[in-house]
Amino acid sequence: MSSVTLPAARLTTARSIVEPSAATKRIAGSIVILYTLLSLIPIVWIVLTGFKSPPDAIAYPPKVVFEPTLEGYVNLFTTRTRQTPEYMASLPPPETWYDELVRSRGMVIAGPSRYGDRYMNSLVIGFGSTFLAIFLGTLAAYAFSRFKVPLKDDLLFFILSTRMMPPIAVAIPIYLMYRELGLSDSILGMILLYTAVNVSFAVWLLKGFIDEIPREYEEAAMIDGYTRLQAFRRVVLPQALTGIAATAIFCLIFSWNEYAFALLLTSGEAQTAPPFIPLIIGEGGLDWPAVAAGTTLFLLPVLIFTVLLRRHLLRGITFGAVRK
Amino acid sequence: MRATAASGAGLSQRTIAWLFITPTILLLLAINIFPLIWTIDLSFTDYRSNQPGREIKDVGLRNYERILSDEDIWARMQTTAHFVCWSIGLQVVLGFALALLINRQFKGHATWTTLILLPMMLSPAVVGIFWTYLFQPQAGIFNYIVNFFIGAGDFTMIGDVDLAPWAIVLVDVWMWTPYVMLICLAGLRAIPQYLYEAAEVDGASRLRQFWHVTLPTVLPFLMLAVLFRAIENFKMFDMVVALTSGGPGSTTEVASITLKREAFESWKTGYSSAFAVILFVVVFGAANVYVKFLNKVKQR
Repeated sequence: MSSVTLPAARLTTARSIVEPSAATKRIAGSIVILYTLLSLIPIVWIVLTGFKSPPDAIAYPPKVVFEPTLEGYVNLFTTRTRQTPEYMASLPPPETWYDELVRSRGMVIAGPSRYGDRYMNSLVIGFGSTFLAIFLGTLAAYAFSRFKVPLKDDLLFFILSTRMMPPIAVAIPIYLMYRELGLSDSILGMILLYTAVNVSFAVWLLKGFIDEIPREYEEAAMIDGYTRLQAFRRVVLPQALTGIAATAIFCLIFSWNEYAFALLLTSGEAQTAPPFIPLIIGEGGLDWPAVAAGTTLFLLPVLIFTVLLRRHLLRGITFGAVRK
Repeated sequence: MRATAASGAGLSQRTIAWLFITPTILLLLAINIFPLIWTIDLSFTDYRSNQPGREIKDVGLRNYERILSDEDIWARMQTTAHFVCWSIGLQVVLGFALALLINRQFKGHATWTTLILLPMMLSPAVVGIFWTYLFQPQAGIFNYIVNFFIGAGDFTMIGDVDLAPWAIVLVDVWMWTPYVMLICLAGLRAIPQYLYEAAEVDGASRLRQFWHVTLPTVLPFLMLAVLFRAIENFKMFDMVVALTSGGPGSTTEVASITLKREAFESWKTGYSSAFAVILFVVVFGAANVYVKFLNKVKQR
């Protein structure tokens, strides 16, 4: 299998000589806007649910208008125990608004929940693996882009093919290997694993970006007395910065969203947020407002990045196969 | 060589090349290739990873024979194929249509193009969880809206044997149509305008223009989107697990879920390794053939 690269395509500017008429544009626009709004309903709905009280969240018919409350967020970050009315009466008056909120449901706060820890794990593992993948990926991409490497195409294909394995298939031996090495349920283990998944992506994407930097820049620098490494550091890296940033955000989003490995290889210490969110149980089943609150907080960074990243989206999501 | 001016100063190109590439290759060997070889090795044994002390027997090809002659496995493969084909088919139709519409350059199209992408950037597992909420039998907004229109009052999606396979298709289409749209859009923007002008001069109808100019240029892009989605959907695990866990019964049990059950619940490590190898060979082989075909289409 040889690599596939498709021709240049621009996302931002394209003008048509055979200009569509104003009416066609309006109709096309309306359909696209209608589709977008419909497709955003689930996301909006889950954000709203985070601000509902538990009874409102499972009300029939579903409530569009409701009294907003932070109960979901309080429940997300705390564990609570139900107490007898006598015990509740014997307590001193509540000190904070969230104490008051929980007590109004006949419960007291027993302590913080593990959501904060899981979120932290997601951040540490996400940023750790992204940093490593970018570091290794930039070096390898530069070498593939500039030097004669024996079996270059085979190596590049080998790097790509590591993405074709179902995560579960790799998870079996990794589970065994980590058990031997004492890396089970460890942050380091997860960082290494996500780095390996991300690095293949990073090499492909970054090679495309570095290919576009003219070789003449480095050659001029080397004539001026820079060594190859200095030219790489002071000339190529600054030029490739946008590409590196775009690649980093994609790696971060991948690690952030990953679920299969996290589910199978972590259980406590190193568990990330995605396998934890469905475990947020209230009295009598899933605590939907808390799940929705956890989901909202988890999706928020990705939504922000998507808007910031929109110009680089295409290359990222096509593994660099479609050039900008 | 190009860098004669700098030779002598610093490391040689060869050394730098190897210095830069080796760490990546080593990491991939350790975390991808070594496990793959181990999986292949385990697939010929009856190893069970929850019983580390037990003696491991070499069973030859028996695991493979058992899998390939197991009707349940074939049923799971059919479930997977149903999911892959329908979700990709719908995504191609919807995504291409949306790309054609967005390419009309209506006012504000850039903003809407960004908003339309949001579903595909989210965590599939978390998406699965919140769709189970939308699919709640009574309070779920999706079911409520469907009930409102069909008036049956007892509509369920993920609890229904016939509809559950469509629920995973629906969520996948919701999530990934923007992806196909984006790649098609790249294809549309790659069409040189003079082709349309020439077609216009020749008096070609809009339909003919679409058929002879638009489609041939977009096709390689579309095929690439299909390749990426097919690889992803074939190994789909997180969204489906979060949404249905394979149920009701085993109506939405795609191959990865079976694999997870055999490996991490039944602890039949050897058996599930054989299944993993089979899945890998299928994806790898199909992707190879497909890319050869894709390159042929591109050259035409």
